Amino acid sequence: MDAIRVHNLTKRYGETLAVDDIGFTVRSGATVGLLGGNGAGKTTTIAMLLGLLIPTAGAIEVLGRDMARDRFAALARMNFSSPYVSLPQRLSVAENLRVYGHLYNVANLERRITELAAELDLGELLDRPAGKLSAGQKTRVALAKALINRPELLLLDEPTASLDPDTGDWVRTWLERYRDESGCTILLASHNMAEVERLCSYVLMLKQGRIVDRGSPQELLDRYGREDMEEVFLDIARNRGRAHARAPA
Amino acid sequence: MMHPAARRIWGLMYRHLALYRRSWPRLLELAYWPVLQMCIWGFTARFLATRMGSTAVLAGATLLGGVLLWEVALRSQMGVAISFLEEMWSRNLGHVFVSPMRPWELVAALILMSVIRMMAGVAPAILVAWLLYAYNLFALGPIVVLFFINLMIMGWSVALGVVSLILRHGAGAEALAWSVLFGLTPFSAVFYPIAVLPKVMQPFALALPSAHVFEGMRAVLLDGEIRWDHLIAAFALNAVWLAGAALLFSRQFRQARLRGALMSIGE
Repeated sequence: MDAIRVHNLTKRYGETLAVDDIGFTVRSGATVGLLGGNGAGKTTTIAMLLGLLIPTAGAIEVLGRDMARDRFAALARMNFSSPYVSLPQRLSVAENLRVYGHLYNVANLERRITELAAELDLGELLDRPAGKLSAGQKTRVALAKALINRPELLLLDEPTASLDPDTGDWVRTWLERYRDESGCTILLASHNMAEVERLCSYVLMLKQGRIVDRGSPQELLDRYGREDMEEVFLDIARNRGRAHARAPA
Repeated sequence: MMHPAARRIWGLMYRHLALYRRSWPRLLELAYWPVLQMCIWGFTARFLATRMGSTAVLAGATLLGGVLLWEVALRSQMGVAISFLEEMWSRNLGHVFVSPMRPWELVAALILMSVIRMMAGVAPAILVAWLLYAYNLFALGPIVVLFFINLMIMGWSVALGVVSLILRHGAGAEALAWSVLFGLTPFSAVFYPIAVLPKVMQPFALALPSAHVFEGMRAVLLDGEIRWDHLIAAFALNAVWLAGAALLFSRQFRQARLRGALMSIGE
């Protein structure tokens, strides 16, 4: 079964075409990377998947629900994390998790908060205001918020942005383990190519609102004859496109 | 087991109540202006009463009643608008709008918070009026509850209009959260009858639910008479205002989803 189905999705702001007739599916349990430079349309696509933004044209189905007509049923089963969307800074970590536990109608909420605190090493942070945490601690809290409802689909917008390498690695390891244990589908927008190579089984390359290439990280490396995804990204970003792709044998 | 909608409404209320629990200055701020207003106008009324006798006593009573009841509308309006702004300032709206919380549940949570904020602000002012000036608002009788309800509904309608403008114009419309209802004060006939207004302004005043509430208040205070015609007019106008505000909010919310404003609101 597909967790996400997107058909002919377009978003236009006046004369600007932010997303231009894209289509893709994400299989349940897969981790898919949404890659592209600034302004490629990643955030716009994620916002449409979350129902935060109404598409100009096209259709989105998330967890079997049409997002144009039945988005709340899907939203209850998914969650989202981004370093660019804050949690209330003056509330403690536990209070923040309680707020979102109520919004997502989580059963046995206090037990769930205790579980998440143990899994994400938040025990000592629960009573501290969210605004007083370090970037790494905030990321862990944001992940706890995103997992409060045991989502079947997790949308992550640059989950390790602004983290030091050690904390970034901790988050990636944790996400890998969580995905393997829970079977959760993950759609990940990132600029970190090593992260994408490590976590994603499939990658969608966006440029100027269009999907310009797609495939597993290995397929893309082979197609462009490159050693790592960063070089593939640069080929696409700098219009070297498939000119660098190896000729088929 | 709480209904999921009720639980989501409670979740958003909990977010605001938790802030008050940990911050006494926030609690103090709720009562500060209503109590200050009551002190200023209470002493003014007392001064006039000592100089001018029984007519001024009656005028003082209508003045204090006006001050207290107008605070109900003001605090109700600010309660909704400022709770929404707090979500915006904390850049939390993105998380709220991608949760299963429906827009009407968000509005319900903001309205319930405004009731709590209004009570926390107006109750101390009512107490001050009673302690300092022996003025008992509830001496007007059970009708005062209907006055309260009408002024609260009007406050919510105006606040929904303000929230709609914030959704449309972003942070640029923030100042309206504090100022918009003050602009309606002259037409609400809080301290004087509608008849005092110039003829050209009277139709505008008659379109405001608050003007009918204050006409009703003066009728009780000065003539001991309950003016059901004014109360019915206030309820009818409130129904129209609230429906209009809900429509505007619904339209602006959809427009914000079309324009992508929900992704950047507060920036």
